[in-house]
Amino acid sequence: MIVRILIAAILAGLVAGVFYTAAQAVKVSPLILKAETFENAGAAAATPENHPHSAEELKNPDHGHEATAPVADEGESWAPNDGIERTFYSMISNSILGVSNALLLVAAILFSKTSISVRTGIAWGAAGFVVFVLAPSIGLPPELPGTKAASVFDRQVWWTATVALTAAGLALMAFKTKWYWMALGVVLMVVPHVYGAPQPEVHGSLAPAYLVAEFVVAATVTAGLFWLATGAALGWFLPRALAPSAKDAS
Amino acid sequence: MLTETNTNTVTLSLSDSNRTAAALFAAVFGLALMVGVGFAQSTVVHNAAHDARHAAAFPCH
Repeated sequence: MIVRILIAAILAGLVAGVFYTAAQAVKVSPLILKAETFENAGAAAATPENHPHSAEELKNPDHGHEATAPVADEGESWAPNDGIERTFYSMISNSILGVSNALLLVAAILFSKTSISVRTGIAWGAAGFVVFVLAPSIGLPPELPGTKAASVFDRQVWWTATVALTAAGLALMAFKTKWYWMALGVVLMVVPHVYGAPQPEVHGSLAPAYLVAEFVVAATVTAGLFWLATGAALGWFLPRALAPSAKDAS
Repeated sequence: MLTETNTNTVTLSLSDSNRTAAALFAAVFGLALMVGVGFAQSTVVHNAAHDARHAAAFPCH
């Protein structure tokens, strides 16, 4: 049973991940690449001759590049090359994310003891979007490369707490009928935003504001489609993956 | 084990302990994958998942 559930989640996640990668090609990926041209231009402007120099090196211009440049190159870690390789690794990442999202939806479906179909799958996908994208985006909107932000760890903690509290709050509102449970659900969902997301001391972005605005909308809409696709695919695969065992049992 | 209401809708009527075990397994496995793609700070993992993190609004850099 667990294996069948796992297979359904993996298939749903892969389908959604490939769909998400294709959907990102419309706006999200081109905007990230465009923002990186501003980021690289900013880095180049900050370091003369496109090489990182320490303050000491700048004081002693005779201290040649030749000695420092290879060290800097060795310090750079592997990253996929732009183009098909980069898209490929994004598709792998998106597919793993799709499987992870599908598994979390399966866990929620099992805990809630509800039935599953494409229809209810889409509703679960919408709930996943609210919990994992919409709620954390209120405090930490999707960011283009080159955006100033608070420390990664602080933001990860806030993101995790917000997702957990929103999931708990939404579950109370969806499955409890007593008003005080529903009220508690609202409180749980509001708390992280009253507390506030970690913010940088100074806000700023190397990419112009119109690109940032365009990216926030594109990333949010595309992530929404991803979650809906994950839920729908899970609603299609899960009953089919489990159906044969019903025949075995009868 | 299963209640089929129609061809495409299935309610999982597992025993409570099986249901909890399957749900916990799915939750833990799902969270582990999400941490790997969205949170791990290893530079190589970060670079491979970079665009996916920005697109899905994970805290990245």
